[in-house]
Amino acid sequence: MSAGDVKNAVTTEQAQGEDERRINMIEAINEALDIMLKRDPDTIVMGEDVGYFGGVFRATAGLQEKHGKTRVFDTPISECGIIGVAVGMGAYGLRPIPEIQFADYIYPGLDQLISEAARLRYRSATDYIAPMTVRSPFGGGIFGGQTHSQSPEALFTHVAGLKTVIPATPYDAKGLLIASIEDNDPVIFFEPKRIYNGPFTGFYDKPVEPWKKHKDSVVPEGYYKIPLGKARQVTEGEQLTVLAYGTMVHVAEAVCADKGIEADILDLRTLMPLDIEAIEASVKRTGRCLIVHEATRTSGFGAELSALVTERCFYHLEAPVERVTGFDTPYPHSLEWAYFPGPVRIGEAIDKILKD
Amino acid sequence: MADKASGNSGDSPHTGDNRPALALHVPEPRSRPGDPVNFADVDVGAPGDMPRPDEGCAPGDMKDLAYGLVRVLGDDNKAYGPWDPKLSPDTLRTMLGHMAMVRAFDERMFRGQRQGKTSFYMKCTGEEATSVSASMALASDDMVFPSYRQQGILIARGYPLIEMINQIYSNKGDKLKGRQLPIMYSSREHSFFSISGNLATQTPQAVGWAMASAIKGDSRIAATWVGEGSTAEGDFHSACTFATVYNAPVILNVINNQWAISSFSGFAGSERTTFAARALGYGLAGLRVDGNDALACYAAQQWAANRARANQGPTLIEYFTYRAEGHSTSDDPSGYRSAQEREEWPLGDPVMRLKKHMIAIGEWDEERQQAMDLKCAEEVKAATKEAEKNGILGHGLHHPFKTMFEDVFEELPWHLKEQAEQATRERKIKWPDQHPKDGAGK
Repeated sequence: MSAGDVKNAVTTEQAQGEDERRINMIEAINEALDIMLKRDPDTIVMGEDVGYFGGVFRATAGLQEKHGKTRVFDTPISECGIIGVAVGMGAYGLRPIPEIQFADYIYPGLDQLISEAARLRYRSATDYIAPMTVRSPFGGGIFGGQTHSQSPEALFTHVAGLKTVIPATPYDAKGLLIASIEDNDPVIFFEPKRIYNGPFTGFYDKPVEPWKKHKDSVVPEGYYKIPLGKARQVTEGEQLTVLAYGTMVHVAEAVCADKGIEADILDLRTLMPLDIEAIEASVKRTGRCLIVHEATRTSGFGAELSALVTERCFYHLEAPVERVTGFDTPYPHSLEWAYFPGPVRIGEAIDKILKD
Repeated sequence: MADKASGNSGDSPHTGDNRPALALHVPEPRSRPGDPVNFADVDVGAPGDMPRPDEGCAPGDMKDLAYGLVRVLGDDNKAYGPWDPKLSPDTLRTMLGHMAMVRAFDERMFRGQRQGKTSFYMKCTGEEATSVSASMALASDDMVFPSYRQQGILIARGYPLIEMINQIYSNKGDKLKGRQLPIMYSSREHSFFSISGNLATQTPQAVGWAMASAIKGDSRIAATWVGEGSTAEGDFHSACTFATVYNAPVILNVINNQWAISSFSGFAGSERTTFAARALGYGLAGLRVDGNDALACYAAQQWAANRARANQGPTLIEYFTYRAEGHSTSDDPSGYRSAQEREEWPLGDPVMRLKKHMIAIGEWDEERQQAMDLKCAEEVKAATKEAEKNGILGHGLHHPFKTMFEDVFEELPWHLKEQAEQATRERKIKWPDQHPKDGAGK
């Protein structure tokens, strides 16, 4: 990768300094968009409410004013249309960055994503490509009810030709978003909205910590990329491997710390392409594997991870692979914290994995 | 609860006993197999009758054009009215030549499918003008997003016949590497977008391309083609909305050929209104055109292209035509519609009408027509023979195994590398007499 790639180790060191610049995930995403709009005249940002207003989560705040309204603009409320025109713009030679306001709203655009964007390179034998990055806030924990809380990532990892990226820190959000925008394949970029403003431990009754207290909120001002397909080592440990992404990275980390468990926690960062090497190396070392995601359980991405770990690390396993997930129900509004795969569910699974 | 269950106690205001029973309307076409056909109720107006507004006309000021029918060619084969594009005799001969070539190509490819040379083919018989004439009114670098029945565009743009046949045969010469169903062409070089088998998806894509062209201050416009049946898809309505919102330099061509496989146009709403009239609710310019009148097709597309190029807005054009053959080689229309419809179609055949017009104005004759038809057939035959040297579908493994896994992503990820190795292992078992190095197969 380019010289702009900054190793996580460096970031950790930087975090020690008091005067390092610290930003939250929204600001990191806004910066990545700003940098790419400036660097590449073929990029455009579009979506519902993203223009003058700057997006319902403020991710595009100030971008229209800075880059002009033919580069950053509002769209009709039509996800099918948003993705459809993005395919056409890609065919022209632009590099569109559409926003779908909530991942729960993406379904009207699925045919354009699955049958068109994902297949275009293949079916036209590279005549045309769809180099779009579809940004969308996903996941629960904000009392969004069933239409503002879903985690539909497995729908996209199942589609040949789509990449799926999910950052868990401001540093990663910026570097992964820039890499996604520069990628020539269509990328689904899911932003865990629960941690836009601060990492969430899953202990919902405790005060929210802002990003400014977290080491990974130190974000360089300029351009840098984090390669797609490389997991991030969150903590090192020998007791078990934890595979997680998005909000659940922080929840798993907090639970392990709370329980005094030395876990090898991997933040997968991209589900497709997947860093199978990092997963295999870790599980073969620890012999135990916990998979955590917020999405519903059945046919979730955890099923894929579980199968891969079993296929590749079976003879190293000392306990069955465990999955901690959301329940197979719609995301309930009032019972959000009963649904959420929080410390109790994760704690139980860890106890089960470690008991023998 | 007992009252509700019996439903006749009369003391509940919710039982609805004295309201009339509702009835569901399920559309039924005018004729089924064996029925006599009469199109007398179809109002096709008169040639030359429709006014031709300025290209900058507000959609609301040209509503009649969305309900009437733009026609140029009269029953006496002369051109009438303000929509006559007044094309030069040479251009007319080129147009007729392309249409004749499309017909010759369709005949041979249909036969090729019946002979087992490929899996599938789709003719456009009766609809040649809607692609040939319309695309001739565009610049060659205007981008087209076609549906699956616009082979006329490729032929009009000079795409080599042999490339079309290679694609249809999925042979080793196929530029799409045997990945696509026959006739799902793609040619960036000819500003021809990759055809999708999913319907109407190309319509918002065309709008997006046009928006991109406008964002960049380019001068090229986009045009898309979609069947009347597919206008029921949400994509089409998204396309109309985005087109009007951003005043995109795009032309939305709706080919109303009356039939979507076995479903007549009533299942897309034709019993209540015209497809061109869809434009009005969106604030798009709407034109309804005789799709079997090559001059009207050209004139309408030219009007819309001028409008788009001058930043005056998008246009939705309905081409009123008739699908003279089955939907595809997999379809037998005698199972659902009267064979007489084709004969009785009030607007005739587009190739014959253009030919007769050119004879009527003294620029063509039957001898030249025969010579041209023969030349077309020979050209197609020669191209077919040449393409067959690259193989036909199902005879030999035409494309190197690795091409199955390429282009899913720009770079091959680990899981596809593993699956490619699996395919290679299977190959040795399934086809042991083939040399692994001989990528193209035998």
